[in-house]
Amino acid sequence: MPEVQFAGKTFVTDEDGFIDNYTNWSQDWVQFVKKEEGIDELSAEHQQVITVLREYYEKNGIAPMVRVLSKVTGFKLKHIYELFPSGPGKGACKMAGLPKPTGCV
Amino acid sequence: MKHKTPLLDQLESGPWPSFVSDLKQEAEVRAKNVNGVNYQIPVDVCEDLLGVLELSFKHKRTHWKHGGIVGVFGYGGGVIGRYCDQPEMFPGVAHFHTMRISQPAGKFYTSKYLKQLCDLWQFRGSGITNMHGSTGDIIWIGTTTPQIEEIFFELTHTLNQDLGGSGSNLRTPSDCIGAARCEYACYDTQNLCHTLTNDYQDELHRPAFPYKFKFKFDGCPNCCVASIARSDMSFIGTWKDDIRLDQKEVKAYVGGEYAPNAGAHSGRDWGKFDIQKEVVALCPTGCMRYEGGKLEINNRECTRCMHCINVMPRALRIGNDRGLSILVGAKAPILDGAQMGSLLVPFVKAEEPYGEIKEVIEAVWDWWMEEGKNRERLGELIKRQGFQKLLEVTNIKPMPQHVKEPRSNPYIFWKEDEVEGGFTGDINEFRKYHQR
Ligand code: HEM
Ligand code: HEM
Ligand code: SF4
Ligand code: SF4
Repeated sequence: MPEVQFAGKTFVTDEDGFIDNYTNWSQDWVQFVKKEEGIDELSAEHQQVITVLREYYEKNGIAPMVRVLSKVTGFKLKHIYELFPSGPGKGACKMAGLPKPTGCV
Repeated sequence: MKHKTPLLDQLESGPWPSFVSDLKQEAEVRAKNVNGVNYQIPVDVCEDLLGVLELSFKHKRTHWKHGGIVGVFGYGGGVIGRYCDQPEMFPGVAHFHTMRISQPAGKFYTSKYLKQLCDLWQFRGSGITNMHGSTGDIIWIGTTTPQIEEIFFELTHTLNQDLGGSGSNLRTPSDCIGAARCEYACYDTQNLCHTLTNDYQDELHRPAFPYKFKFKFDGCPNCCVASIARSDMSFIGTWKDDIRLDQKEVKAYVGGEYAPNAGAHSGRDWGKFDIQKEVVALCPTGCMRYEGGKLEINNRECTRCMHCINVMPRALRIGNDRGLSILVGAKAPILDGAQMGSLLVPFVKAEEPYGEIKEVIEAVWDWWMEEGKNRERLGELIKRQGFQKLLEVTNIKPMPQHVKEPRSNPYIFWKEDEVEGGFTGDINEFRKYHQR
């Protein structure tokens, strides 16, 4: 497993840059991931998406469907891509420390 | 070659084009590099691919890790990430991502275009392709993560070429060659395929659906792109008026001047063409008659199965009042069993700008996007909520053509407003006439 150093912390990731364990997430992780996900400035809206994803995951053990994410945040998919250029899966879920999306992607 | 491949080497014999020989050839081309290409991924990628495949032959197991999430900014799909589970042994395929490139409708190419694609792929990828993926895309097999944006930039800026689809979205639509080279085509499959692909780019590039969704376009019921089996929404050409019949040409078939089925069975002696036996008697509805050297069709009873036209293409032609049928719900077995498309729209004109067709598509999407469960294909939603619900959301009136046979069980739901008095009976009212 690759390791990354950031802000004096060590994160273990997989080849795709997803964190090994949800509980090892921190705001430092968000700061680290943002540049490789094409995000210059973190806004309150970024944080809102991350918070929604983490809360949903904690409660349900899965990431929300895109439709649910849009409903809960009030952000249309287009806006989610404006916030996270890689999209809700590769971008937002990775930053939120959720496990890597699986299935026929 | 870098690795010994005794098992794969056996696949170089025999008459069929050997993928092993081809891969070795590409490995050699890369090793020699007569054009002086500045390879952006390991030069021995093909050799390591053969190496890992040989190991899989030996172990009878795959050597790719699970999953992989890579892509380009702005899109949620198009690239299938993949990593080898023996990266030290086969560093050339440590990263081996697949890129889906949107193909032109009907897959007609110019050599200039293909050459440009090949140059780019030699430079930034493995040089290995799949022409084409089952869904239709041009498939580029094997590159590394840092190359993906580079390739995408070049594709879009120089080659005017986009990625195909992957993930829970509209996948790359594909079609039969249609009117380009087939006299059975009842509509311009390429134009409809191309138009809808362009119109729904957003749905294709940014997954917004409960699960994957595919379009396929067949010009007639022969279904050369197999839309009825391989697309959630299948568009199959047909006609409404009479089969055009040329008695003189029929005579030429009977007289043996033309080979039946355009000579498709000429590899074996099936005897002299017998129109009664090979056409009239095989018509599924028995709506044809051949008497006194004249062929007749009772078109009202014809189901447009294509059989007679397929057998005598020079004598029988599709009608002039053309359009298409829309069938929905085809899918592979996972989760709840395989399905083929079920007839939803028996006939709709296929004329630009295809407003009526788009209305059906968008109504289906509105419903499925709202009601579909996570990873539930349209076919499964139809099973779960009922075909009746599909008809309601698409605003299509139920008609006998919607079923192969009526239901045999009597578990029939009624809407409350269809039942006199509604569903709110008063037990005390009932007790007045029925003692306990
Ligand atoms: C006018 C007379 C009758 C009426 C209106 C009637 C109606 C019904 C209804 C509504 C059901 C339930 C179907 C469901 O599962 O939703 C049922 C089931 C059944 N009835 Fe009757 N019934 C009548 C007479 C009888 C008689 C006389 C017998 C046996 C002696 C009988 C045996 C059964 C059995 C065994 C079932 C269960 C069938 C199954 O689910 O496999 N019924 N009946
Ligand atoms: C006061 C007498 C009875 C009461 C209150 C009663 C009640 C019920 C109820 C509530 C059900 C379930 C219906 C449903 O699930 O939709 C049922 C089913 C049934 N009862 Fe009775 N029942 C009575 C007498 C009888 C008698 C005397 C017989 C047979 C001789 C009988 C045979 C059945 C059968 C065959 C079923 C259907 C089981 C099934 O569909 O799986 N019942 N009964
Ligand atoms: S599906 Fe029909 S129209 Fe299309 S290529 Fe096949 S035979 Fe021709
Ligand atoms: S198309 Fe099929 S159903 Fe129609 S007349 Fe020909 S064989 Fe019969």
